[in-house]
Amino acid sequence: MNPIVELIICVFLLMGGLFVLLGSFGLLKLPDFYTRLHAPTKATTLGLAGLLIGSMIYFFVNEQRLVVHELLITLFLLITAPVSAHMMAKTALHHKIRVLKRTSGQELTGAARERREPPFDSA
Amino acid sequence: MLTTTILIVSGMICVALIMNLARLLTGPDLPDRILALDTLYINSIGLILLFGLHKGSILYFEGALLIAMLGFVSTAALCKYLLRGDIIE
Amino acid sequence: MSAVRRRWLPMPAQSLILFLVWLLLNNSVAPGHLLLATFFALVIPWLVAPMQMEQPRVVKHWVAVRYTLTVLYDILVANFEVALRVLGPTRKLQPAFVAVPLDVEGALPITILASTISLTPGTVSAEVSEDRQWIYIHVLHLEDERALIDQIKSRYETPIKEIFGC
Repeated sequence: MNPIVELIICVFLLMGGLFVLLGSFGLLKLPDFYTRLHAPTKATTLGLAGLLIGSMIYFFVNEQRLVVHELLITLFLLITAPVSAHMMAKTALHHKIRVLKRTSGQELTGAARERREPPFDSA
Repeated sequence: MLTTTILIVSGMICVALIMNLARLLTGPDLPDRILALDTLYINSIGLILLFGLHKGSILYFEGALLIAMLGFVSTAALCKYLLRGDIIE
Repeated sequence: MSAVRRRWLPMPAQSLILFLVWLLLNNSVAPGHLLLATFFALVIPWLVAPMQMEQPRVVKHWVAVRYTLTVLYDILVANFEVALRVLGPTRKLQPAFVAVPLDVEGALPITILASTISLTPGTVSAEVSEDRQWIYIHVLHLEDERALIDQIKSRYETPIKEIFGC
């Protein structure tokens, strides 16, 4: 295989792996549920996109034909990741999960739980 | 070079999986555990893709796609269950 | 003509997507698969069309394409920012809940806006108020509430309003 192509694939794979690792590291490290939610939903999605692009290039060069399954997986993850993040945030709100003390705007959680308008005009 | 990279990235994802497992076991509340499970399945898709690359076979994509779909549905179902249980109370 | 089209091809965009996804899944353009894809693209929309809910139509296609590219670019750039935040000291984080007033109407535009907010790092949409006037978001690191709301409104909400013409 062409060494330049190989290098490009390696860069994509490494970047993907780094972001996946970072997402899980954030999941382990961050202090409360809502901050934890940020790391895996985004970093992991981007990391997986990196892996998928890498493997797409690999199969394109190696098999001499376009393998587009990966695009389907990327698209699927891109659509489902925000939906599941939203559902988990909603679940956490309704279960009154402990919020980090210095979080500002905590008075909004009660209104959000009951799906009312915010208690004061914040805009 | 590619073989080594695939090994290194697989190692990274394994470390990530262990971190997720730690969060799954310690996670103080139920949503934390759901989040850990969600991340676990996404990471395992990455591992399967890497295995497919290692073997040079495109057969594993079907498995990855299936895991992606079932994982999303199970996350949604778990959240829905927790939410609805709360609402009925 | 239009009545005939609505009878036999009730959801043209969805038919096209089905056709493409079937070919992508099988990863081939063999005549057999083309035939099967056409069959599915015609029959499945015909079966599910009665269950369809009325959604606002995409009016400006070019704005939609540009919007998609903007969001992809934002995902890429802002992910590095969140990566630094995650790696940096936790003490410095200033998480916050923010209520953003909504101008867009209809389920589909609000869903797209909420998904965009969740995908662009630093913010997760948590809940929409019952009257669909407010969206509650959680921010990983809040510096200026006004600026954040203005950014969401100008960068994401305005194009969505333009796309759906509402």
